[in-house]
Amino acid sequence: MSESKTIYDKIWESHLAYEGDDDCLLYIDRHLIHEVTSPQAFEGLRTSNRKVRSPMSALAVADHNIPTTDRSKGIGDRESEIQIQTLEDNCNEFGIEYIKTTDKRQGIVHIIGPEQGFTLPGLTIVCGDSHTSTHGAFGALAHGIGTSEVEHVLATQTLIQKKAKNFQVKINGLCQDNVTAKDLALSVIGTIGTAGGTGYVIEYTGEAVRSLSIEGRMTLCNLTIEAGARAGLIAPDEKTFEYLKDKPMSPKGEEWNRAVKYWKSLPSDEDAEYDKTIEIDAGNLTPLVTWGTSPEDVISIDGNIPNLEDIQDESKRSAVKRSLDYMNLVPGSPIKGVAIDRVFIGSCTNGRIEDLREAASILSGKKVSERVMAMVVPGSGLVKEQAEKEGLDRIFIEAGFEWREPGCSMCLAMNADKLSPKERCASTSNRNFEGRQGREGRTHLVSPKMAAAAAVAGCLADVREMVG
Amino acid sequence: MDKFSLIKGIAAPMMNKSGNQLNLMMNIDTDMIIPKQFLKTIKRSGLGKNLFDEMRYDVDGNEIDTFILNKKPFRNAKILIAGKNFGCGSSREHAPWSLLDFGIKVVIAPSFADIFFNNSFKNGILPIRLDEGIINSITNEAMKGDEIEVNLIDQVIVLRDREIKFEVDRSNKDCLVKGLDDIGSTLKKISLIDDFENKASQERPWNIPR
Ligand code: SF4
Repeated sequence: MSESKTIYDKIWESHLAYEGDDDCLLYIDRHLIHEVTSPQAFEGLRTSNRKVRSPMSALAVADHNIPTTDRSKGIGDRESEIQIQTLEDNCNEFGIEYIKTTDKRQGIVHIIGPEQGFTLPGLTIVCGDSHTSTHGAFGALAHGIGTSEVEHVLATQTLIQKKAKNFQVKINGLCQDNVTAKDLALSVIGTIGTAGGTGYVIEYTGEAVRSLSIEGRMTLCNLTIEAGARAGLIAPDEKTFEYLKDKPMSPKGEEWNRAVKYWKSLPSDEDAEYDKTIEIDAGNLTPLVTWGTSPEDVISIDGNIPNLEDIQDESKRSAVKRSLDYMNLVPGSPIKGVAIDRVFIGSCTNGRIEDLREAASILSGKKVSERVMAMVVPGSGLVKEQAEKEGLDRIFIEAGFEWREPGCSMCLAMNADKLSPKERCASTSNRNFEGRQGREGRTHLVSPKMAAAAAVAGCLADVREMVG
Repeated sequence: MDKFSLIKGIAAPMMNKSGNQLNLMMNIDTDMIIPKQFLKTIKRSGLGKNLFDEMRYDVDGNEIDTFILNKKPFRNAKILIAGKNFGCGSSREHAPWSLLDFGIKVVIAPSFADIFFNNSFKNGILPIRLDEGIINSITNEAMKGDEIEVNLIDQVIVLRDREIKFEVDRSNKDCLVKGLDDIGSTLKKISLIDDFENKASQERPWNIPR
């Protein structure tokens, strides 16, 4: 029987170690590990006297807790220090490669995986972190897992899974200038809602997706989890192979040729059927910004904050009211011009070299508004090094940005980088939840270009007006 | 993991106010359930006191007495009732750990985020999906502070004057009822995993790092 298949179907089927009526054992090729969600898993292994089945398939790094200031003085915070040390000790004990905090390859898990060629098409990749969906940009089946599953993968190299349904998000046309992958992603979440992808794996197709750079594709897949789908996928193509060639852990020589040949068989068959499909027109999109405390609260930068009277559904109305109170915004008023205190450029959503280039292109020759404290946190040591080679650090510093060491930083504010109560931030990260960037902090999610424009204007601003 | 069969206890509805109207809170995310400053622990226990920290305590650490879990009898709740998309956000198991450590064993909502839903079963929490209308009626009773019984074996919620059936899939139910160790049962299939690995490493040798 030659049934046509989606890329998800193909990866799923090629990784079934066991297929039961109810659930299956999915073989896991790669496992990324960080300090926050792993200590209890290693502890579990120790108590039940179990080993790590394939230490070579795992790669560990500390990113969530780590300070973004000079690390030669140590971690500073005692609890963070214990957590990071525990990761290093566990990796040593179980034979897993650990990238030290002083190594220039150190960075956010989802940024270093691709950089090292640890992420490859057609693989199953997991990490105890929901934004593992990022790696789907390479045509890998990648998703976040909890600590119990981290332990399960360490011990068995498999996960107990049920197959998800196929959801195609087709993005037609091309983006206008200054509309970026982040805007595409926000528009998808705004369209289907934060639970719209629950139970599905999303495959992104269409001209706008094909034309994205690999970095842009990572941004798009990264935010898939905010639409409720565990994984997002983009079929690999020449750009993917180009990016991966000669990466430290990519296959080499004859094996590379064999791999590429295999990867070319991965894209969904032309007549593959999806359980659900939506289409979005990229050409109509404008730069977007969130107004509320859920990533689906998206509007165009030239749009207005919602009016409560316009919302029919009662529970939705009370949720919006709570959000607007928390965000301290006036219903019905324009979002443009809302004054901000902080700007954060970084995270696994937008901490890659292309993101820094885009932000710097807006900042060149301009100054950050006096009322704004702005910082750039490169996603990894390699991103930082590349940016410095290109002189981007000078542009940021001269504009008035702080230039930091790599880590998650103010994306989740587990380290010292956080908003003070009531501070308002234009942020390139992925979650605007209450308290995400600091207790009572107010987050507006935007693209790197929009974050740069906001830094200069001192308020939420339309980047298109700034570049003239 | 403790075996789960029957839970009887106070149910606390998480409500939002808009005007005079009270509604179940939607999109309760993992950052609300357990803010990240409490994720630095290397243990599973002890997170209950920080469950819903930012809603539960003011900046000085004093209890906010209008918050449901600070009120009697809800301080002792074993069941939580919430609006759509409960548990969205991160994959951190600190969310179910903190609920469990507080004493919550059942969460009732119209829908759950995927990862949270899975994580719950693995930690001995039963997430129950029901229609919004039914949940609203349970909420009305819960607000009176009566105990509610959740019987997983018979898949039924017992209220004072009626019973409500709920669905749960077989393997998840088994996992809770028997207190099964997933890893233990997977390791019984180890020869299948060995076979798969051998075959895959020939077909796609690059899948094995270096
Ligand atoms: S950058 Fe933010 S979203 Fe990404 S892994 Fe770190 S904390 Fe999670």
